[in-house]
Amino acid sequence: MVSINFDNELRRAGAHSTNGWRRLTFLAQRYLLGTFGLIIMVLFVWMAISADLICRYDPLSVDSAHRLASPSAQHWMGTDSFGRDVWSRIIHGARISLAVGIGATALGSSIGVIVGLASGYLSGWVDLIFQRITDILQALPLLVLALVMTAALGPSLPNVIIAIAIPLIPTVARVIRANTLALREQPFVEAAKSIGMSETRIAFRHVLPNTLAPLIVLATAQLGSTILTEASLSFLGLGIPEPYPSWGRMLSESAAEYVRTAPWLVIFPGVAISLAVFGTNLFGDALRDILDPRQRG
Amino acid sequence: MFAYIVRRLVLMLVTLVGISIIIFVLLRVVPGNIVDILFDAAGFVDPTDKANLEKELGLNLPIYVQYLHWIGGLLQGDLGYSYVSEKPALQEILPRIPITARLAALALLFSASIGIPLGVISAVHQGSRLDYTLRVVSLSGLSLPSFWLGLLILMASVSLFGSMPIYNPNPKTWTEAFAIYAVPAMAVGFRSAALTMRITRSSMLEILRQDYIRTARAKGASESSVNYRHALKNAILPVITVIGIEAAFLIGGLIVTETVFNIPGVARFLVEALRWRDYPIVQNLVMLIAVVVVVANFTVDMLYAAIDPRIRYTD
Repeated sequence: MVSINFDNELRRAGAHSTNGWRRLTFLAQRYLLGTFGLIIMVLFVWMAISADLICRYDPLSVDSAHRLASPSAQHWMGTDSFGRDVWSRIIHGARISLAVGIGATALGSSIGVIVGLASGYLSGWVDLIFQRITDILQALPLLVLALVMTAALGPSLPNVIIAIAIPLIPTVARVIRANTLALREQPFVEAAKSIGMSETRIAFRHVLPNTLAPLIVLATAQLGSTILTEASLSFLGLGIPEPYPSWGRMLSESAAEYVRTAPWLVIFPGVAISLAVFGTNLFGDALRDILDPRQRG
Repeated sequence: MFAYIVRRLVLMLVTLVGISIIIFVLLRVVPGNIVDILFDAAGFVDPTDKANLEKELGLNLPIYVQYLHWIGGLLQGDLGYSYVSEKPALQEILPRIPITARLAALALLFSASIGIPLGVISAVHQGSRLDYTLRVVSLSGLSLPSFWLGLLILMASVSLFGSMPIYNPNPKTWTEAFAIYAVPAMAVGFRSAALTMRITRSSMLEILRQDYIRTARAKGASESSVNYRHALKNAILPVITVIGIEAAFLIGGLIVTETVFNIPGVARFLVEALRWRDYPIVQNLVMLIAVVVVVANFTVDMLYAAIDPRIRYTD
């Protein structure tokens, strides 16, 4: 049912063969930066999955004999003020970042899809109410809303995911609503209606699959900002609680005073955040060019 | 036009009332109020003391009465009292606003003066190596957390000058004022500059694809005349809307940057108040932020119509 027409896109872009491996290598060559982004993302996912195999130390084990040790052969990225191995904490931090990033994006997008579809499909008062709610949610910056929500819900992994997911709903709902409104007027929807298909079935089987391309583009774009928001929340001390190794939290522990004494505590977590977000942004941009050519910039 | 403005103003009001309800309820659904926290910290609980304090703070009233008290006060300029300092919330918030406003203005200036020209250059040279480089730079700018950028700046300042810029309400020299305001503003503005550049670029590209640009080329206008006289004039208009989008974006950056640089502005105050569960401060600050964002968007839309004669809001 997915109606992303890769073949046409590829032919227009000058590909000679449009199947299998050739198609992939062509895309990879044409969107070099996007491929680079994908490689970074895959690396982080691999880090998160095999964290226990890669690490040489327990990210939570405290070693008071080796506090604030600078990077060495034993501790590649040094140790923090509790003597915990920074490299191990960064590897395990990938789990937190990805769990929040993927969790919040998935949750926010799914609710956004339902709201957007209902809003565009049912119109009338349902639409009116949903529109006002999205207005309200959009009047507050992502970080502010997420901050207030985590403060209200209390700091924990699921709460951080919820707190970041909710501010994402309006953007997704808006895009899906606009697409739904346009799709409703399409002949194939009318055809489905004329053969007696129920409205719900049309909404889910015909309209929804056609909004998939912009949804994927949007979700990838949001993945980066969810990772950044989690880092900011944790940095401010209102995100993932101790002792979990969140990248943002690692920076908040090490902030101003370690700038002088232990620069490795500032540099490495920041590099991890930036690289992960950079990867998803690069990939997201390429994906937008491929799937949503109207927005191509 | 008049009807449109009225309708927009009504919708703004609806949005703000909605936010006030959501924030108020959100801060009160949590189990445990400020009194519980204070008494937990003290270690012993005398139920009568606790009840007295709750009564004094109005926490024993039904939630809708508390809400009406807050809104009623808000309309009369009474924002309630900070739980922590016990001073009027207005007195706590007002002096912090100019600090943040100055930072935000500088950051916006920085982002516009860097982002707009680079966006135009990138679009005009679309597909060139220069465009490619600028796009990668802007994307990496969007990927850097502003608090990390701030920390890196602090680190550079320590290794270059041996010290960090420390906030001082009355800077004595120009260099001190620069270190206190311009440096953090750049840390915030860098991300916004990247966003401005991307939006300028795509708006410019959109214009360059228009028929009248093709016409201009066909009649033999020079490349620079097409780019700057025909395209830029029209492309710069949508960029104004960027400022509206950035209002929300900047606030996020200000919150973390003020924390990193230890600047006593309103943005950092929100984080402090949240940590202390100082709800009178939190709810008023969130309302302030919402008003700023909503008014910024409204102003931008009006400005847009005023500058671009093709746009006339009807309805």
